[in-house]
Amino acid sequence: MAEKEVLNEEEKEPQAKMIPVFIMGQKYEVPEGSTILNAIEYAGYQLKKGVGCREGFCGACATVYRLPGDYKLRGGLACQTVVQPGMYLTQIPFTPAQKAIYDIDEVKPDISTFQKFYPEVFRCLGCNACTKVCPQELKVMDYIQAIMRGDIELAADLSFDCIMCGLCTMRCPAEMAQYNIALLARRLYGKYMMPKPEFVYKRIEEIEQGKYEKEFEEIMSLSKEELEKRYTERDINFDIT
Amino acid sequence: MKSFPGYPESMWPSLEMVEKTRPKRVELAKQGLINFLKPMSLEEREDVLSKYHPDYQPDAEKEIHVGPNKGEKLTAKVVELLESHARIKPEEVDLSNPDFDVDVLVIGGGGAGSQAAIWAMKEGADSIVLATKLRIGDANSMMSQGGMQAAVNPHDSPVIHYLDIIGGGHFANKPELVKVLASEAPFIAKFLMELGVMWDRDETGHLQTKPGGGTSRRRMLSARDYTGAEIMRVLRDEVKNHPDKITLLEYSPAIELLTDEEGRVAGAILMQTETGEFIVVRAKSTVITTGGFGRLHIKGFPTTNHYGATADGLVLAYRVGARLRDMDTVQFHPTGAVFPEQVWGFLITEKVRGLGGQPVNKNGELFVYPLEPRDVEAASFIRECAKGLGVTTPTGKVGVWLDSPVIEELSGPGTIEKQLPAMLRQFHRFGIDIRKTPMLVYPTLHYQNGGIEINERTETNVPNLFVGGEASGGVHGKNRLMGNSVLDYNVFGRRAGIFAARNAKKNNIGKKLTLQHVEKWEKELKEAGIETKRISPILFPDYRNKEILKKHRNEFDPFIGFALTGWQE
Repeated sequence: MAEKEVLNEEEKEPQAKMIPVFIMGQKYEVPEGSTILNAIEYAGYQLKKGVGCREGFCGACATVYRLPGDYKLRGGLACQTVVQPGMYLTQIPFTPAQKAIYDIDEVKPDISTFQKFYPEVFRCLGCNACTKVCPQELKVMDYIQAIMRGDIELAADLSFDCIMCGLCTMRCPAEMAQYNIALLARRLYGKYMMPKPEFVYKRIEEIEQGKYEKEFEEIMSLSKEELEKRYTERDINFDIT
Repeated sequence: MKSFPGYPESMWPSLEMVEKTRPKRVELAKQGLINFLKPMSLEEREDVLSKYHPDYQPDAEKEIHVGPNKGEKLTAKVVELLESHARIKPEEVDLSNPDFDVDVLVIGGGGAGSQAAIWAMKEGADSIVLATKLRIGDANSMMSQGGMQAAVNPHDSPVIHYLDIIGGGHFANKPELVKVLASEAPFIAKFLMELGVMWDRDETGHLQTKPGGGTSRRRMLSARDYTGAEIMRVLRDEVKNHPDKITLLEYSPAIELLTDEEGRVAGAILMQTETGEFIVVRAKSTVITTGGFGRLHIKGFPTTNHYGATADGLVLAYRVGARLRDMDTVQFHPTGAVFPEQVWGFLITEKVRGLGGQPVNKNGELFVYPLEPRDVEAASFIRECAKGLGVTTPTGKVGVWLDSPVIEELSGPGTIEKQLPAMLRQFHRFGIDIRKTPMLVYPTLHYQNGGIEINERTETNVPNLFVGGEASGGVHGKNRLMGNSVLDYNVFGRRAGIFAARNAKKNNIGKKLTLQHVEKWEKELKEAGIETKRISPILFPDYRNKEILKKHRNEFDPFIGFALTGWQE
């Protein structure tokens, strides 16, 4: 199994059924069950854009496609979406989008920040096109509406799983960059609105005042054998949080 | 027979066994699993590692014949990568008129590179170029799910963290680096929070902590299971908030370092991947933050790593004379996905086990303490499968179960949706509900434990060259613990920025830029009798269908690839 050569990630069983797909206008036969990304590579492309983590975390491989006989334009991540017969697709490796420049120490965690940096948020038409296209199945329109009401906490929560692929922005008739707007909401929430972890400040102070220097000196002076013994006999305690 | 959605019928009998043994296992977990299933002694660890860990197989290593580590044994694939020709010939590029002349050049746009750029700026560098192969944030940093270690509980301390790190690393770590890593962790937690990172907290604000493999305390900070993504997108945003100081060059990997006439590093040559244009950057300090080598598919393993993880920085630094260390060990993450085929090799976060998920064999039996250090846990999985107690998929892949439903039995319904949304979504896409059925797992290539040797100031043995994050060596010894890579790229990425900025003030470079080290390298290859067509850095892996490539103009070469062959001879 793992020992075998895997230079081609999507090495299929030889009898895998082949299906036709149209990659950026050109027809190729690819193995059934491939992801769009694997299908593009199988067809002979070595990607230099529109590819990233390949596991659905980075948002680099946004792709739009249609299926035969269906008017609907669909979106997905190339690394997470399985090809279907007759699918015709194109990648969107880059989304032209507004990104405001701000000093996070100088902004206020309220609606005025969005009025200033992203006034287009208030142009939302409520069409829900963003939510429909989101490959993470996030309630994009709902978090935008939350921002319009000044509910930063809800916006931060609803948008948390955003991978910033840009598909919402490409579909938005109000022409806003939802993913950048949501990032500002989360940064405001994380910095200003979540309760502060008091003990962390105390621990940093202890370290800066040299509280652990003596212990470090002692442990760093141990021989390998002594250190091994110390390690093996160390107390494992997961009870306290 | 009971059916299990998402899984083929051939796997149902084993799934039924897992379900049957679950109530008993949940009972044991409630009473404290550690009371029934002891972690291994150092001798037991050594035994399973030497017999089953891929690093210990006879063909895992080979001797390197050129460069600073000449005569040492390194991971075989790394030796092949290093014993390669440069991508350019010195006479090909005009170095007399650099496109950029800056204080600090940062190569690599992941977490470490972003921290380096931000802190170089804070430390007073006026001009910084951040060059990256794909987009900023397209990196392994974005993908870490489980968390970041920091001793932020009263009954924990940086010294206890230190002991866990050094024991997990088989006592081979550089102690001074470990001390820095453990001591600066709480500061990093605070720094990121002040940038707006949404750490999981309780209602009083106390940071939530979870156990991880090889830790002796709850020390894992998290942001749901998008921890890396949350940190990375905030750091990326912060880099982009300073266009006056930080020039971001995306799709522009470094293909060779530059030196002055005395051999001190003085910048790099970048190459735009779309057009092939060279960009010459002269810099007073150069920082390498290019990450690791997962996409080399060492020993044929699948990988959890980002598409760009091709060890570019390792190649550049080695060729210019920087020493490597601990490049004989490779981290295999115990829980790579095995089924369905589409997610093969993908990372299943260690947080699943941190929350109580249990590894069980085809008969539903617990066979190893779930939170051993990664190398030990991975070797135990391989052993279980070698014993014939693994589960086989329809395409012949083997794995063991990671029983996730236990989590909700222990912590109540809704826990997985709250704590593991990325995992839940990943498997849901293929019709598997991990709240109800387990995941099939097998070790997958995950992390470069060693790298370019650094000291506490992230300096290498070559003047003006700094390294931070996965590309560096010495911090983790022979094995990294969970949650310490996120910590590493933050701590040492930041330090690299600070010390690079300080070094830039000294202006330690000569006027003239050279590629004399490339000439020297080519000579050395020749003297060692190495005849090869390989060139490096490879920049991208190549997953094109080999059959189709036979119809292409160029030969298939996994180390060179087609798209980039236009720029070689």
